[in-house]
Amino acid sequence: MTGDIAAERIVFPTEAGLYCAPGGFHIDPLRPVARALVTHGHSDHARPGNGAVMATRQTLDIMAIRYGEDFAASQQAADGPTRIGDVTVSFHPAGHVLGSAQILIMPDNGPRILVSGDYCRTPNPVCQPWEPVPCDIFITEATFGLPIFRHPDPLTEAGRLLASMAEFPDRPHLVGAYALGKAQRMIALARAAGHDAPIAIHGALQRLCDYHVAQGIELGPLVPASDPGEARLVLAPPSAFASPWVQRFRDPVLSYASGWMVVRARARQRGIELPLVVSDHADWPQLTATIRELSPQEVWITHGAEDGLLRWCELAGIPARPLRLVGYEDEPE
Amino acid sequence: MKAFARLLERLAFTPGRNAKLTLLSHYFRDTPDPDRGWALAALTGTLELRQVSPSLLRRLAGERVDEQLFALSYDFVGDLAETIALIWPDTTPGPDLPLSQAVATLRETGKLALPGAIAALLDRLTPPERLALLKLATGNLRVGVSARLARVALARTGQRSAEEIEEIWHGLTPPYLPLFDWLQGGERPLLSSAAPFRPVMLSTPVTPADLAALDPAEHVAEWKWDGIRVQAVAEGGLRKLYSRTGEDIGAAFPDLIEAMDFEGALDGELLVRRGDEVAPFADLQKRLNRKTTPRALLQSHPASLRLYDVLTWQGQDLRPLPLVQRRQALEAARLDPARIDLSPLLPFGTWDDLAALRAAPHAPVIEGVMIKRRDAPYVAGRPRGPWFKWKRDPMVVDAVLIYAQSGHGKRSGFYSDFTFALWEGEDLVPVGKAYFGFTDEELRELDRFVRKNTVQRFGPVRQLAPKLVVEVAFEGLNPSTRHRSGLAMRFPRISRIRWDKPAPEADRLETLRAML
Repeated sequence: MTGDIAAERIVFPTEAGLYCAPGGFHIDPLRPVARALVTHGHSDHARPGNGAVMATRQTLDIMAIRYGEDFAASQQAADGPTRIGDVTVSFHPAGHVLGSAQILIMPDNGPRILVSGDYCRTPNPVCQPWEPVPCDIFITEATFGLPIFRHPDPLTEAGRLLASMAEFPDRPHLVGAYALGKAQRMIALARAAGHDAPIAIHGALQRLCDYHVAQGIELGPLVPASDPGEARLVLAPPSAFASPWVQRFRDPVLSYASGWMVVRARARQRGIELPLVVSDHADWPQLTATIRELSPQEVWITHGAEDGLLRWCELAGIPARPLRLVGYEDEPE
Repeated sequence: MKAFARLLERLAFTPGRNAKLTLLSHYFRDTPDPDRGWALAALTGTLELRQVSPSLLRRLAGERVDEQLFALSYDFVGDLAETIALIWPDTTPGPDLPLSQAVATLRETGKLALPGAIAALLDRLTPPERLALLKLATGNLRVGVSARLARVALARTGQRSAEEIEEIWHGLTPPYLPLFDWLQGGERPLLSSAAPFRPVMLSTPVTPADLAALDPAEHVAEWKWDGIRVQAVAEGGLRKLYSRTGEDIGAAFPDLIEAMDFEGALDGELLVRRGDEVAPFADLQKRLNRKTTPRALLQSHPASLRLYDVLTWQGQDLRPLPLVQRRQALEAARLDPARIDLSPLLPFGTWDDLAALRAAPHAPVIEGVMIKRRDAPYVAGRPRGPWFKWKRDPMVVDAVLIYAQSGHGKRSGFYSDFTFALWEGEDLVPVGKAYFGFTDEELRELDRFVRKNTVQRFGPVRQLAPKLVVEVAFEGLNPSTRHRSGLAMRFPRISRIRWDKPAPEADRLETLRAML
């Protein structure tokens, strides 16, 4: 280690989530705490009811959209290195969703600890790209921590969606996509693949799509799914597929955009006819390449398929251990 | 290989018949020869390849991937071919590999060279193509396409009907170049094989109201036997037994094949018959899908053929003749009476006479009556008019709905697949599943019921509060060791929703057992 204090006394898992003792804050707490640093706006990472919340401006905006302006007693937008307690923290783009960040924790005397949050290195038109941050301890997710997960080019997947729409012009295509991030990315991908016609969106997506547009992200013409007009492409949160909402569409093609769709059983369990492999998480090549590139002294793994990544670290001779954090979803929806 | 992989992937996830037909016909239309012919062979089970064992594939993967990472991945995926397709190290993919080239490798490579050849193919493919190759190599496509569906899709691509295609299908071999040429307007292929299958004539259902408009004197009637409809062809020294879709099932019935000492093509019902007594369908089931049949089973479950019709006889095509003339030809034929006999005609003067016969058949293996026009020629397919089936009234029980699962395609978002149960003591024992029988309006009501009465969820399956009774109609009942109830229903469907009936008053399992 480069400093005096051992890393595991600076950051460690607690019941409420990952805790930084010299800073006196939790990161992405699972239950309300006094002071929270939030990596991104997905509901299993950003929860309401904390005392003080620090996050990127966009993550704070998204939390306000989801939970109301008063989601925390006090709010602070991350802006350059900031002193909290006895540590300095800074936020860096994670490439996961709009506003998503990695959080770097720098104690005065101790190792630099990087909490990646959820991250992805595939270019994504709806958020800033992942940024490499030198660190001693790399705390990584491992959602797709098995060598079977190699996500194809997302534009190819969008091409498959458009090809299916051309092959079945009479059947509306319903794409299940998480309301924050994936939905807007699928819209942007469909646009990039050449779909200019209006796209219908489920009511649950409206405000988040509006926010993306307000942030300067082009989504093209959107119409409500309740009155889709001629729109043949419909975006909805996947949970809508199990509700009577889907009954209004005649003979739809159910599609779902997720990294899990690479495994056929996952698509079958959901009754999906057109699985699209598009993920906002690092796949196996990205996880392993990132560890090699950052070359940390130690890797800590928060959640996901940690056994696979641990084995890889063992084979690569990189010290690694699991934090076995519970409470985060595989890939939320 | 890209187009074939895409086709398999779409088919695997597409439950709807129409959508499957669209995918298939587009593929046949857009893919050049000979690839589309090899794909057709793979889909219809006529492609003979050197079989690759799972252990060989495992070994190939083991040489490339850490054993522990492979085991973790296999646990997650649950399917060996799929795991290997996903985990195989990526290399720079080459130009698209024609399906015919992959097939040639799998057909022609010697046993020793095969592992290296498969690895070399996998190296140049993308993950979906690798999966397609591995499914081909292990002989397990599992995409829910029958030979019949493939032929209907072929019919959509050209100017020929599925029946015409069926007529020549069995004389052709992969990659079916003359077939595709003919579909696009070329010459009709010459059939090389003798004793071909000819498309079967099928019947449509009829109601007493329909019958009132028909003249009984213009019709004959016979029993509808509950066996398997077959076509027995003995021509030019070859003997074949075809199912009604044209699959050759003769290998499982050597006893009947031996008795087919005639020259012609006959239409009848395959049955297990002991002397004059025809055994129930369950006995016939024991003889089906066997590669070899033990001598004891040949003795205890002798196969026989009960004739309905004749298509060709002594080299003459009798199909254009009226039914009564074909029947005369059948009656004049000399056949082995121990194995082959005629389905008797039923004496009736009025439809009421026939209704009385239908209501009280002398054997449980009779599932109704057939009504046929005396002057009708033998035509392929299911024309409405010349042949009717008038089935016995179904058996019914009142059962309790206990699980529901949502449907696909037009029923997306509706809970339409139901598991129902009968009482045994204080327990409800599942006895079957039903997907149809209700109207669209009833489907909406059932869907609402499911959503309001879910007590637990298991993935896509909802467990229901045992409140709703449905009348389930079914065509027959067989003993089954695979079901907890020990019984398996044939064609169960929901014939009535009993909103009025309290669940404790639903039928008991004993009641169903007694129907056996």
